Amino acid sequence: MKIRRVNDFVIRFANVNGSGSASANDLLAKTIFRLGVPINPYNIFPSNIQGLPTWFEVRISEKGYLGRRGGVDFIVAVNGQTLRQDYDMVQPGGYFLYDSTRKLPDEYRREDITVIDIPLTRLCNEEFSDPRLQQLLKNIIYIGAVSALLDIPLDTVSQAILKQFKKKPKLAKPNIQALKIGFDYACAHHSNSCGLSIRSSTAVGDRILMDGNTAAGLGALYAGATVVGWYPITPSTSVIETFERFANLYRVDKESGKKNFTVIQAEDELAAIGIAIGAGWSGARAFTATSGPGLSLMTEFLGLAYFAEIPIVLVNVQRCGPSTGMPTRTQQADILASAYSSHGDTRNVLLFPRDPHECFQMTADAFDLADRLQTPVIVMSDLDLGMNNHLCEALHWDDKRKYDRGKVMSAEDLEALTEPWGRYLDVDGDGICYRTYPGTHPDKGAYVTRGTSHNEYAAYTEENQAYERGMKRLMGKWNTARCLVPRPEITIRKKGSKIAALYFGTTTDAAREALDQLESSSIFINEMRIRAYPFQKEVFDFINQHDIVFVIEQNRDSQMKILLSGGCRVSPGRLIAVTHFNGLPITAIIIRNQIHTALLNRKLKQQ
Amino acid sequence: MSYVRSAIRHPDAEKNALGYTRKEYEGAISSLCAGCGHDSISSAIITVCFEMDLEPHRIVKLSGIGCSSKTPAYFLGKSHGFNSVHGRMPSVATGANMANRDLIYIGVSGDGDTASIGIGQFAHVVRRNLNMVYIVMNNGCYGLTKGQDSATADKGSKTKKGSPVVLESIDLCEMAIQGGAGFVARGFSGDKKQMIMMLKAAISHTGLAFVDIVSPCVSFNNVPSSTKSYTWVREHMEASHTFDFIPYCQEISTDYTNGKTTPITLHDGSTIKICKVKNGTDITRRSSAIAELEKAKEQQHILTGVLYLDPDSKDTHEVLGTSAIPLNSMTEKELCPGNELLAKVNDSFR
Ligand SMILES: Cc1ncc(C[n+]2csc(CCOP(=O)(O)OP(=O)(O)O)c2C)c(N)n1
Ligand code: SF4
Ligand SMILES: [Mg+2]
Repeated sequence: MKIRRVNDFVIRFANVNGSGSASANDLLAKTIFRLGVPINPYNIFPSNIQGLPTWFEVRISEKGYLGRRGGVDFIVAVNGQTLRQDYDMVQPGGYFLYDSTRKLPDEYRREDITVIDIPLTRLCNEEFSDPRLQQLLKNIIYIGAVSALLDIPLDTVSQAILKQFKKKPKLAKPNIQALKIGFDYACAHHSNSCGLSIRSSTAVGDRILMDGNTAAGLGALYAGATVVGWYPITPSTSVIETFERFANLYRVDKESGKKNFTVIQAEDELAAIGIAIGAGWSGARAFTATSGPGLSLMTEFLGLAYFAEIPIVLVNVQRCGPSTGMPTRTQQADILASAYSSHGDTRNVLLFPRDPHECFQMTADAFDLADRLQTPVIVMSDLDLGMNNHLCEALHWDDKRKYDRGKVMSAEDLEALTEPWGRYLDVDGDGICYRTYPGTHPDKGAYVTRGTSHNEYAAYTEENQAYERGMKRLMGKWNTARCLVPRPEITIRKKGSKIAALYFGTTTDAAREALDQLESSSIFINEMRIRAYPFQKEVFDFINQHDIVFVIEQNRDSQMKILLSGGCRVSPGRLIAVTHFNGLPITAIIIRNQIHTALLNRKLKQQ
Repeated sequence: MSYVRSAIRHPDAEKNALGYTRKEYEGAISSLCAGCGHDSISSAIITVCFEMDLEPHRIVKLSGIGCSSKTPAYFLGKSHGFNSVHGRMPSVATGANMANRDLIYIGVSGDGDTASIGIGQFAHVVRRNLNMVYIVMNNGCYGLTKGQDSATADKGSKTKKGSPVVLESIDLCEMAIQGGAGFVARGFSGDKKQMIMMLKAAISHTGLAFVDIVSPCVSFNNVPSSTKSYTWVREHMEASHTFDFIPYCQEISTDYTNGKTTPITLHDGSTIKICKVKNGTDITRRSSAIAELEKAKEQQHILTGVLYLDPDSKDTHEVLGTSAIPLNSMTEKELCPGNELLAKVNDSFR
């Protein structure tokens, strides 16, 4: 039985990296998106530049489920190295398209799938002689064939090509030619083979297709970041590259040609965050972005910024650890390392964006929070979110919005003081003290910032009580932070249900889909999406209102669960871990199965 | 505590052009060992800033960790300071300077702080040619952790408790010259006059001015067998050049126009006059500057003075083309591109 579905399937492309397939595959994804059909494209790539297997998967979902679904309905297998693996992974009833220039080996004998043979290499070499172009155009030929098979009008894809090559119209011509070759071949030889189809829709609406790193870079730009220190590391690099690209467009003074920003590629992550701290201390908005190993290197400085109370923003695009781990795979496994980064009693504010729109917003908000709280704020993105395109709400900036620079004393403020000013004196009782920028006033407001213990007036002290007072005040500030960070998002599926689930960041889409599926079999699970750390009272209240709460996350050790238990405000027995950590994004099926099993076991135990 | 300062001052203690007395450039009372070289350097910094009529609040002092890095607390009490983490002063200084290019940055570090844990940051701040004065108070040991050998301890040199150093030493001045610092000098905490000249020139210079000052640690490394001891340095010190620093507002005295001297004009218009006592060394050439240092070493001499100077030195801001207006003073107006542009950005993602 062939799978027959409209606007609801998963297509996967198996390629060799460095072969130009990425832009071809992206072309098809964009075309479907422009037809108004929600998609979730996902790139599985190796940690090298050329020659290793890479896969590009697109989930198409009219209903708007944007998490990874798992399973593949249609595979375009153009990488000989993984042919067998790709052949085996097609769902029963699915489709296998391959380059039939070379015959499929005899032992490929599945009868439950439809094999679509297209002689890609032959078609390509017959038409194009330039060997440099051959590789690239072969990709476009299969795009043409797939378009035909999925009932996508040729014209729509051609338009996408024209848009892509707007600046190089010469290249558009052979591309369109290649597209047509594939399209015509598929029409002629496989006209009724494929039961999967794309039909134009209005489901996308006003939404955009963007990656989280672009959004985070833009967020920093809009929030007024001026000083960036960074060190390249996958998957965070493009946060900075985006910032710099747009800053070069929008932040260069027209008259002088001078830059109203600076990006310093540092010698390592120690220096990258040191630069951000120096600039934040001086009153510029500053940030850095990193991933796993870089976060480890930044820990000493994060403690300094926490203890000396210096605002900085760190975008942490998490990847698979420990150590170098799987650098091109995703995880949410830096929760504890970020929350408690640095020795001693250090705590850092975390924000958990779920999609690029929130990457933009939360990165921008992080600057206000950092300035207001005078402490590091870490935006917890991940590789899936950062490096893949996601369908999300269009970005918006309120032009009336003013940057909240927090409690900063101007020369006039200092002049007007009747009491001596103390850098670490809690005048307002919210744990946040007033700071000065260097150079503000000739004889007021200067002090030595230090990571050693200090009293209310910033003087070095080894007096135990003074140290303790300072540490307690930082706890007071932490409680203020609780009120300022984004609140959780709670959905009650059924009032009085005693079962709940909790998730955050890129687990959101898959989790919601799983909970929908469970609901359709009458298992009602209330849900909460955590958006920040420190946790608010309502986070604990929600947990305590339920008998069991599934904590869904993408790491082995249930780090969010540990963080939630840390405050001792919930009984740990209530929390049940749902985890996934193989480096690929979590899917609805994984979540649903784990929850199902846990509920069954519980029932058995109770009987 | 190294000394007790007299609270009574002469009522008409000398004032500088800003109307400040020297006292107003002092800091808290030092907690370093009596006789520690670092205190003499602090004192020289105070004199220099006082005599150059620098506004204290326009100076930023930064340091890492070590006895040396504690000194910013002991000078320029009206200046902002940042006592950062071990070996990382250069990155903090880079950030602060990029945020506000209008202030004067004085970084203080130790030989452990710079030549070991912070050698990467040192090399790169030099390479960036950040506009700052970078002082290393070089005692050949880790004072604060009680006297272990540092990477600048000379081979064969011996500390109070240690055996002779078996490894090669790192010459930070040579590294700074190779790395791209626009100004490199070496002094001795026992020679205040030279230190003062040198630091004045360093502050006037635009770009990274690296000043390595041999500064004996009286508690752990001041035995005659150590090449960083007062006696050894006094016996082996050799001035590379006699030089004078002439601020631009001052008349150039005719003494220096006798052909034997090379005037080098700095960015702020002031001049350094180098009197060639040696055989025609050109301190504006990297290769000869390094050759001189190596030659002196062979003869067991410590070459002091301004060792290298690039009159065309370009600092980080100039190289990167950052705004002349300090970045930390900019607001939404200069920084936020606005929603209309964002709508365009959105469109390019459709
Ligand atoms: C990361 C880290 N490692 C070790 C130390 C301990 N420590 C403090 S000062 C110091 C050496 C300082 O030597 P130097 O910079 O030469 O300064 P001096 O005391 O000699 O002036 C060390 C190793 C530290 N503070 N931080
Ligand atoms: S231990 Fe050495 S370096 Fe430290 S204060 Fe004493 S003399 Fe100075
Ligand atoms: Mg030392």
